[in-house]
Amino acid sequence: MIFAAILAGGNGTRMGNTEKPKQFLQLGSKPIIIHTIEKFYINEAFEKVIVLTPKEWINHTNNLIKKYIPDADNVVVIEGGTLRNDTIMAAISYIEDNYDLSDDDIILTHDSVRPFVTYRIIEENIKAAEEYGACDTVIPATDTIVESKDAKFVSNIPRRDMIYQGQTPQSFKILKLKELYNKLTDSEKEILTDACKIFLLKNEKISLVKGDLTNIKITYAYDLRVANAILDVL
Amino acid sequence: MINTVCRLVSSRLFEEVYVDVDTQDKVIVRPKYLSICHADQRYYQGKRSAQTLSKKLPMALIHEAIGEVVKDFTNTFKPGDMVVMIPNTPYEIDDLVSENYLESSKFRSSDLDGFMEDYVIIDSNRLIKIPEFINPKVASFTEFVSVSVHAIKRFNEIANSRRDTIGIWGDGNLGYITALILKFLMPKSKIYIFGVHQDKLNLFSFVDGVYLVDDVPSDLRINHAIECVGGLGSQDAINQIIDLIKPEGTICLLGVSEYKVPINTRDVLSKGLHVFGVSRSGREDFLDVFKLYKKYPKLLTYLENLVGDVIIVNSLNDVDNAFNKDSNLRFGKTIMFWDK
Repeated sequence: MIFAAILAGGNGTRMGNTEKPKQFLQLGSKPIIIHTIEKFYINEAFEKVIVLTPKEWINHTNNLIKKYIPDADNVVVIEGGTLRNDTIMAAISYIEDNYDLSDDDIILTHDSVRPFVTYRIIEENIKAAEEYGACDTVIPATDTIVESKDAKFVSNIPRRDMIYQGQTPQSFKILKLKELYNKLTDSEKEILTDACKIFLLKNEKISLVKGDLTNIKITYAYDLRVANAILDVL
Repeated sequence: MINTVCRLVSSRLFEEVYVDVDTQDKVIVRPKYLSICHADQRYYQGKRSAQTLSKKLPMALIHEAIGEVVKDFTNTFKPGDMVVMIPNTPYEIDDLVSENYLESSKFRSSDLDGFMEDYVIIDSNRLIKIPEFINPKVASFTEFVSVSVHAIKRFNEIANSRRDTIGIWGDGNLGYITALILKFLMPKSKIYIFGVHQDKLNLFSFVDGVYLVDDVPSDLRINHAIECVGGLGSQDAINQIIDLIKPEGTICLLGVSEYKVPINTRDVLSKGLHVFGVSRSGREDFLDVFKLYKKYPKLLTYLENLVGDVIIVNSLNDVDNAFNKDSNLRFGKTIMFWDK
């Protein structure tokens, strides 16, 4: 079985404040999160598309799905966790509660604010996770990356031809991911900003899937302007 | 849904754009095999008039393609079904005029974006499920074959019944397919091919005679003719047909020319000739292609000879590579396996 987890957690801003979480902002004719869900729910390969949001946004997310993609009966909205990896573990708990998992079952985890993900990227994630157990979607870095440990002086300049920028999806064999996560110490869990790092910390291979320059993450107001600028409405 | 469309912006320059497209009551198809046509090449190489290019571009190319159904909001197809996509898109039904001649119809890769897209969002009646016995690479140029089938159907309705000899002008892909289908459908007629390349003419091993156009026996005459030349060769081809055709013969014009073609109308009149044109095809013609493949499976083995390079496309560079390779191909079809 193949599952998709759309990660829409992280921003618990309440309705009524001027700022809505970015995944609910309008892009073209629909909210960003709906565009993203559409890329997964049309694909028969997915047993279930699990959307994870803060608790207070579950109803709103369900209402949007009902409004824009009423036939999306393979989509479920559940509560995410506080941190990214807690959210992924919430998805895994949901899957374990509702399905009998085997070692080969995989999960694609994807940012809800990357609506430009393509068919190829999704398909290659499925193949790579099935073959290698874990994969990360990346593009070669175009800017030189500079490391600074004290935020004052440069401590390292890695070779740019070996540096990539991470995107999503990140995909894993579900039971393996859970097993490795549970082996992490609390201090290891604290420094995790990325699900692939769970595999890396435990010396497991993570294969690379070629991403796309336009598979952008809509994080800032500027990104939304870019996203709306590159989107034609037919 | 956000869809990625790979559009030709200007000669030899593709760009990916993102379009917000309505999927209601449509079928979502993932393109798999895309076959390059001369019409696509003319756009790619900037060989259309400046006026046409500025009017049509940016536009996604390719109108010969098959794909896999991803999701069908009309419940006509199942996910995973392999389908051929019909590029002609009619907006009305006319009792007399076929869908491909209606002025209101639109054609993909001419009036609408072609099939170089992440997903093709399309009406269910523009799709036909491909029978499993057909090689997908051959199925990718079903549209091309359907144009020949359409032409032969028209020819059959218009031409008189004296069909001892039929001449086909043009030794390219269109001539090959038209001659092949004609040979299967009208086995009693002698089919002659007239061309300018001896090496290409040699490939027409199934016909009754091949001739270089400047070396035709002086006593050779034909009852009817189909012109598959187009371009700058149209004029010479049509005028030679008028010279060699017998009275009350029928001439079917299939070759596309950018230029207006002067022809010997005096002899068209004096011989009482019927000259008619055909262009593109409609759903019925696609269905007839699959019926023909079922009835004459040997056709498929001949058509497999037309499959040239199959280029896996992961990037826009691969698309350029495919079009450049195709422009050097002397015979056959270049096919892109869409994996981007």
